[in-house]
Amino acid sequence: MKFFTTQHRALGVLYLLLALAAVAIGTLLSLVMRIHRVWPDTPLPFLGVMKPEDYLALVTMHGTLMIFFVLTIAPQIGFASLVLPEQIGARSMAFPRLNAAAFWIATVALLVLLSASFVPKGAPISGWTSYPPLSAIPAAGPGEGAGMDFWLASIGLFCVSSWLAAVNILATILGERRAGMTWSRLPMTVWAWLVTSILTLLVFAVLLAAIVLLFSDRHFGSSFFVPAGDLINGRIVGRGDGSPLLWLHLFWFFGHPEVYIAVLPGMGLATSLFANFGHRRVPGYRIMAAMLVAIGLLGLVVWGHHMFVSGMNPYAGTAFALTTMAIAVPSTVEVLGWLTMLWGGGLQLKTPMLFALGFLSFFIAGGLTGPILAQPALDAYLHNTFFVVAHFHMVMAMAGCFSIFAGIYYWFPLMTGRLMNETLGKLHFWLSIIGAWGTFFPMHFSGLAGEPRHYERLTGPATSFSGIVANERGITSAALFLAAAQLIFLWNIFASARRGRIAPPNPWQATTLEWSPGDANGRIDRGPYEYEIAVNEMKFFPQWERASKQE
Amino acid sequence: MPATFTRHPVEIERKDTGIGGKPPLDRRPTGGGGDGDNWDNRPHGRRGPRELLTRYRLGVLFALAGDLMFFVALVSAFFVRQSAGHFDARENYVSDWHPLAVPPILWINTAILILSSLTMEMARRQLFREIDVMDEWLGLGRPAVKRAAPWLIATLVLGSLFLAGQWIAWEQLVQQGFYFNSPDPSSHFFYLITGVHGLHLLLGVFALAGALAAMFILRRIELRQIVVDCTAWYWHTMGLFWIFLFGLLAFFQ
Amino acid sequence: MPAMLIEAFCIAQSPLWMPPDGSLHGLAVDRLMRWNLVAICICFLAAHLWLIVALVCRKRRVEVPDFGPRINTAINKGLQPRDFSQYLRWTLLAALCAMYVWMAVTAQHLWAQSRYAGPSLEAMQVEVVGEQFQWYFRYPGADAAFGSTRPNLVDATAGNPLGIDSHDARGRDDVVSSALVLPAGREIDLRLRSLDVIHGFFVPGMRLKENAVPGLVLHVHFTPTVPGTYPILCSQLCGLGHERMQAVLSVVSPAEFESWLATREHARAEQTAP
Repeated sequence: MKFFTTQHRALGVLYLLLALAAVAIGTLLSLVMRIHRVWPDTPLPFLGVMKPEDYLALVTMHGTLMIFFVLTIAPQIGFASLVLPEQIGARSMAFPRLNAAAFWIATVALLVLLSASFVPKGAPISGWTSYPPLSAIPAAGPGEGAGMDFWLASIGLFCVSSWLAAVNILATILGERRAGMTWSRLPMTVWAWLVTSILTLLVFAVLLAAIVLLFSDRHFGSSFFVPAGDLINGRIVGRGDGSPLLWLHLFWFFGHPEVYIAVLPGMGLATSLFANFGHRRVPGYRIMAAMLVAIGLLGLVVWGHHMFVSGMNPYAGTAFALTTMAIAVPSTVEVLGWLTMLWGGGLQLKTPMLFALGFLSFFIAGGLTGPILAQPALDAYLHNTFFVVAHFHMVMAMAGCFSIFAGIYYWFPLMTGRLMNETLGKLHFWLSIIGAWGTFFPMHFSGLAGEPRHYERLTGPATSFSGIVANERGITSAALFLAAAQLIFLWNIFASARRGRIAPPNPWQATTLEWSPGDANGRIDRGPYEYEIAVNEMKFFPQWERASKQE
Repeated sequence: MPATFTRHPVEIERKDTGIGGKPPLDRRPTGGGGDGDNWDNRPHGRRGPRELLTRYRLGVLFALAGDLMFFVALVSAFFVRQSAGHFDARENYVSDWHPLAVPPILWINTAILILSSLTMEMARRQLFREIDVMDEWLGLGRPAVKRAAPWLIATLVLGSLFLAGQWIAWEQLVQQGFYFNSPDPSSHFFYLITGVHGLHLLLGVFALAGALAAMFILRRIELRQIVVDCTAWYWHTMGLFWIFLFGLLAFFQ
Repeated sequence: MPAMLIEAFCIAQSPLWMPPDGSLHGLAVDRLMRWNLVAICICFLAAHLWLIVALVCRKRRVEVPDFGPRINTAINKGLQPRDFSQYLRWTLLAALCAMYVWMAVTAQHLWAQSRYAGPSLEAMQVEVVGEQFQWYFRYPGADAAFGSTRPNLVDATAGNPLGIDSHDARGRDDVVSSALVLPAGREIDLRLRSLDVIHGFFVPGMRLKENAVPGLVLHVHFTPTVPGTYPILCSQLCGLGHERMQAVLSVVSPAEFESWLATREHARAEQTAP
């Protein structure tokens, strides 16, 4: 493999390796956080006793790494690079060199982000959301100087990389489909990538603009986000009538579609895997695809639900509450669609299918706490408590990560020609799902008790939430357990890549084109999931086979 | 195969054939109609003269859509900032927005940019003239390039003039005491908006220079068409953005 | 670990794991929260039950062929079998949509009650100012008016942490405290301000949260009803000392409040006496 390869499958693997590096670091950071919460005064190796700003730096880097470098890269451009061209019958992505450029820019962005930990005063402490004025004034906290600038540079580069990737995916889906690959014959994963690419194109530009404005506030004396008379550390730094709320609007206009970008590809993949391993067509294919589009579009108009108690107009709060509740409808249709697909037996519980089922479980759990948070009267209590942390970890981190696992197990034969070990895969699944539920379910209770986010330890009046301490130990144990289970996955990947069982040509009896034998090149006549339900046989028609005239 | 403009005489009278029956519905001399005219429904590489061009145009379209969102975010920040203010000691709402009068040279710059779009479009069309394209494709010289090159050079010159004019406008403002590094929001915004647009246009000027070079270096007429076409669409979009941004600065403060 | 969960359940003082409610509107909020949690628990268990049953009963049953999207002619439409799962799906969807509508409407009612309308005219005004990393509370004094403040006058060591302008007569009787003391049973209108970064004013026991945003003056109103002490926490990441930025809300009887305030006003009058 050339170093600057433009071959899409190699780039897909490279993207996934980048995401793997990011998730490994992000997980380590979260473990350090969890250990600290249980033993706050114990010195840790290499770090010594953790200072408050170290904890906040961990929180910031953990969130940034996971959301950007894992959940935006792997499900979307990572998997799309891997299989999108084949799934639509094209030879390559529309712009292979652009794909390579986007990858290398993302890599540089990751390196810049990681360097933020090593600059004077360390990594930023304002969270992945970097609200100004905390993030706009270097004097407002340690790490808000050079560390924040590195963060801005990294995410700015990442915005450019995502923009290029989205252009590539859209041009590929719209222009490179093979003859006969009509819209209703697209695999559901392609629909998902279509919607997420549109979202990416629209919202990362807004984040980039917000970053430019924040950078300008920090270095060019402007006052977009810093209000007049802002007094930091005894010095008046605000010179003009900036509005911190402007950042919130711009950031969340990006931030909410971002989380849909993280989860929609997993939804498309879940549909595909349920069809494949259930050996059935997708009932209501058009509706399922339409619901993906609906979720994507609605996702653009719900950003204010992160801002119910931020000082926004309460009437706007009502408007956003209504649009947010509306998103529950297409999500419910999707979930009911999946549950219907699972009914009727015939399910093959191979590892990719198990992870798709895990995705469904977390999506349901995290998705059900969404409507609670969508109600401003309830969010006024739950905002920025651990209830929110539980919600987004369930629906985005766990569901998103399980969909990435499912994709890796499923497409591993395409990457390496070998199958991953089934036994280890099943072990990985069961240990992970137990660990994930054990880690994130108790957080709902801490949140209901009122425990706020971003507290490195409970001191002072907050210690009246005594039940929370019990939670912390349980959560930390489960988190360590969950992280340990991932070692099985890592071992499985690297061992199977070298010595795994050689995969037969279509190991999962799939119908989508990425599994077609190399010489199948004709028009597409068939839909993506043409399985026939019969009592004893497993009859299916892969998409690369021409339909005979009699059918 | 390179793309061309084709002009068929479509309006052929449907003459009564005299032997009964109806003449064909499609009036094109070579027949046609039905899904056989959908070029996309053919194997890759056989999708007609515009296959590669369409792909690159799609890419440019999506890239510019993202860019548009970037400018939309800046413009929305502009409007929010305009209406911002605070309550002073007497509980009066005071705004720190003092509208900045745009330097008059900006009008000239706008005219220059519109003119450059016209010259760019002329350049683009020269590369699609059927006779010249066929000549180049057959290897009989480069008449299309010869026609397009002067228009491209004109666009390059006009674009550079625009950028120079923007720089002059900046210098005029600095002389009047309005800086980029300033808490005065209208002053800062002027530099931010014109600066960001100017940066895009500078990239466009580099693209123009590259297109000019490409016209002589690239061997396939198809690729030359694509380079100039995509540069043209980018240039037009930047011109369109400028009209909106200029209108914003001149009339909406 | 299960033991810890059970412990957490038991320690919780209210079946919702929320701290005891001390405010007037909190009753409705808690009721709404309880119903919502019950509803989503039912949906969650039902969905997972379906999932588990579907996985356990995996033996393939005889099924009528599923006519896919290709066959859609009028003739075949008439031949489509009645599909029980279709009816079930649409019914479930309708029921869930009804649940979402009910959630949205009931919550909107509460939100409008507490946020659309301003405080009543008899509400007592208290200003809450957040600063890295301390909450200050200012009472307007006998004139019921807050004196103007200027950031360049802020000097905590000189006893003027909020920068009250001494030239403004209205500020002479303002009482600044680092603890929030309120009388039970009276509506309170809080004026939220911040001197530096965004802070979050969160009183879990009062079911109250609103950010304090620099450059803005935000108002929230509520009525504390149950005497007691309630923690005040900062709920918006504001820097190093975010978790230490806490205060205590003491809700006392009106008589106690009067005497507390009188003491403070007296001390303030002596401080500003010419």
